[in-house]
Amino acid sequence: MRRDRGIVFAWQLAIGIGAVASWQWLVGVKLLDPFFVSRPSDIAIRIATWVTSGVIWGHLLITLEEAFLGLVAGAVLGITLGFVLARSPLVARICDPYITMLNGVPRVVLAPIFLLWFGLGIWSKVALAVTLVFFVMFFNTFQGVRDADRVLVDNARMLGASERQLVRHVLIPSALTWIFSSLHTSLGFAMVGAVVGEYLGSSRGLGYMISQAEGTFDTTGVFAGMVVLASVVVAAGMGVTRLEKWLLRWKRSEA
Amino acid sequence: MPIPALEFVHVSRSFATPAGRDYRALDDICLAVPAGAFLAIVGPSGCGKSTLLNMAAGLLAPTSGTVRVGGAELAGLNRHATYMFQQDALLPWKDVRENVGLGLTLAGVGRADAQARADAWLARVGLAAFARHFPAQLSGGMRKRVAMAQNWIIDRDVLLMDEPFSALDIHTRQRMEGELLALWGESRRTIVFVTHDLEEAIALADEVVVLSAGPASHVVSRHAVTLDRPRDLLDLRTEPAFVDLYRSIWADLRQEVIKSHASGRV
Repeated sequence: MRRDRGIVFAWQLAIGIGAVASWQWLVGVKLLDPFFVSRPSDIAIRIATWVTSGVIWGHLLITLEEAFLGLVAGAVLGITLGFVLARSPLVARICDPYITMLNGVPRVVLAPIFLLWFGLGIWSKVALAVTLVFFVMFFNTFQGVRDADRVLVDNARMLGASERQLVRHVLIPSALTWIFSSLHTSLGFAMVGAVVGEYLGSSRGLGYMISQAEGTFDTTGVFAGMVVLASVVVAAGMGVTRLEKWLLRWKRSEA
Repeated sequence: MPIPALEFVHVSRSFATPAGRDYRALDDICLAVPAGAFLAIVGPSGCGKSTLLNMAAGLLAPTSGTVRVGGAELAGLNRHATYMFQQDALLPWKDVRENVGLGLTLAGVGRADAQARADAWLARVGLAAFARHFPAQLSGGMRKRVAMAQNWIIDRDVLLMDEPFSALDIHTRQRMEGELLALWGESRRTIVFVTHDLEEAIALADEVVVLSAGPASHVVSRHAVTLDRPRDLLDLRTEPAFVDLYRSIWADLRQEVIKSHASGRV
């Protein structure tokens, strides 16, 4: 297990370095045009400039704020509705076509409408993130509650659990596995929602930076923005994994 | 005549098959379990033994007939019984102590009190050192012990058991049977114990009920087990009285097992 981890990390590092090095090299020998693909060293310098001049922090903070609010609101709504519908099959059947329909709406189409409704500030971006996060959370919670082990439920009921105690002691922990596996996806979606919203209309945030760079054919700026975005998602994902490990510690067979 | 702890009065139960037809699992079961008795129910696979227990637990309603608990007709869950399932029913996300004390917690007993009482029960089943372990970290036999403690810690008149030890190896199983008899001897609870293993049924019970092969299972015969208590489970099975009983009950059960094989329902 420990050795595996070393091997995995070594390979991950090697692939990353290999990809970046060949990119740099291909541009260096003029096989690729830096106008279209920029080059890693330029991107690194750009990011360093952003960081040292401090210009990146304000934008990053705005994007993170939007993504965070979208994630929390989407999760609360999705988990709540997932629970309610999983516990009342009749309501679930009534709502089913509408949920499928709403989930089928492409979010990019919604962005301009949200801009109209909620303005150019952060709330239109939060709303967009919510529409993405909500459905992932909803479907996973619904499934998780529905899939709760019948015997565990019966046993708890025989031991005297009321409906509320059943939710608290059996159904929520049981759904937690599903909810957490979807949290990773949701995290990415929340960032996508925020950035796409900014991209389509805003004056601040990473999406705004990227769209500004695109407007002036500044490919280095676009790539630098993407790298920052990706790093933030990876870092946040690692945080979620640690939280998950702690909350789901009962799953490991050795303490 | 004293009121039975549990009574089935002309109980039948049908299920809808996937094809939309009616499948009658149990047909006109009449059975009374005296308070404090240890009743074993045996029968071939698929004869509806678990269905019968589920109805005693109130998890399932009879299609016709009534289940009586302490003389009163059962509606909804049976609040006078606990149920030990064949499968693992411990909550995997709670540690052993929390699992044992679960029934107390659900009844609103305070945290410290529930813990203390759970610890006392853990000591009783020999798992004091494992209070903070999670079920996934225990062996199958240890998990059954935790389940036993979980079922015994709350004071209910009836304990329903659905092949609780069938997944264990034979030696662990005999140990668990011994511990069960010891607990029962101290408490004089009423136990309804479902098993497909006739030896286990005779070794534990006061009375063995034979159910017929399905569909429409009914009570074939009832046999009083007159072996002395306390019983020494290690040597019991070779005693002449045990062997005689086994032979006479097996004569009934054998017919049903053959029928269930013939109908290809195994």
